[in-house]
Amino acid sequence: MDYINIFVKSIFIDNMVFAYFLGMCSYLAVSKTVNTAVGLGAAVIFVLVVTVPVNFLMDTYLLRPGALSWLGEEYASIDLSFLSFIMFIAVIASMVQLVEMIVERFAPALYGALGIFLPLIAVNCAILGGSLFMQQKDFSNVGESAVYGLGSGIGWFLAILAIAAIREKIAYSNVPAPLKGLGITFIITGLMAIGFMSFSGIKL
Amino acid sequence: MAEEKEPLFSKQNRALLTDPLDDNNPISVQVLGICSALAITVQLKPALVMSIAVLFVVIFSNVIVSLIRNLIPSRIRIIVQLLIVASLVILVDQILKAYAYDVSKELSVFVGLIITNCIVMGRLEAFALANGPWKSFLDGVGNGAGYALILVLVAFFRELLGSGKLFGFEVLGHKAKTIADSTGLYALGYENNGFMLLSPMALITVGIIIWFQRSKNRKLIEN
Repeated sequence: MDYINIFVKSIFIDNMVFAYFLGMCSYLAVSKTVNTAVGLGAAVIFVLVVTVPVNFLMDTYLLRPGALSWLGEEYASIDLSFLSFIMFIAVIASMVQLVEMIVERFAPALYGALGIFLPLIAVNCAILGGSLFMQQKDFSNVGESAVYGLGSGIGWFLAILAIAAIREKIAYSNVPAPLKGLGITFIITGLMAIGFMSFSGIKL
Repeated sequence: MAEEKEPLFSKQNRALLTDPLDDNNPISVQVLGICSALAITVQLKPALVMSIAVLFVVIFSNVIVSLIRNLIPSRIRIIVQLLIVASLVILVDQILKAYAYDVSKELSVFVGLIITNCIVMGRLEAFALANGPWKSFLDGVGNGAGYALILVLVAFFRELLGSGKLFGFEVLGHKAKTIADSTGLYALGYENNGFMLLSPMALITVGIIIWFQRSKNRKLIEN
């Protein structure tokens, strides 16, 4: 698979929100205004780009059946893949912590903008989902997994940006009272997902 | 009851069990745990298995965190909670792989995603860190059941309207190649709505459930 293929596919065809419903919780909770949506979206891209390649290395050199063969012949039969959930989540939680500290030290302005969202990201399903899908997709090198992380992040960013823009407008429309807020957001997301399904026929 | 201690099922404790079913439903009111709720509701069976898995994880993580809540330093509590939840999820995943391999294949990554299921983390943060083990247990049962309720409801409509089956049984009659050979509703020319099987319809079904719930229970309406 070449990079552009993976990139376009992960943004449009396998969109995190519209195809797999990942990261829906923060997608619904933080999409009331465009500004906060942009902040969270940027943070998600950033964390996905870092964690997916790191988890790829973990998977290739530690967890996969036979991954430990670089230690010597007698380790080749070890299969640690049952540990992947706990390893991935530990990597993600510590990466988020690390990113938070680095951003706080070197870019206080960005930290001010992202501040509250960064810790939230550790429990965003899209991040863990990115790593788990990466494990299923069998990428051949780190570069491909990094491109996959970038693409998924951008796909998520686009989704939350679009819904935030629509929700800012819909605040002025006459929605039936029981549908206001959460209900109408669900239905609009459904309609957007139908729109995104039109990408699914694309062959790259 | 004439006990001096608070009885096990006092009014307050019963509310912990019943509130999450309607007034404080994790999916339709608290907006937690939606990610997994939508992707695995094409059929009833995986939805039910997923509900049981989440119920198990919510209950045990709630109880464990509540037991050690005074020992966790608050700065690293998220990582501690994630590790407890992740260990429970590994347990569930291994059990599913051993005893229900087909379902576990169908659920694929979504078993792993229970770790980041916001219901689990949300209840740990909001409830288990501040309450005793028995209350946390009831809270876990209540929220797990509230989640299961929505999941099964969505899966019921999607499987029934999308493929005319429930749990894989053809409840609407058998559909053959021609109308003459078909039985039940299909003999009258009924067609399955294949669109219900596609993922966007899960969102719209949940939207309609929320609509229905809020028009019954008007105090939930947002301004």
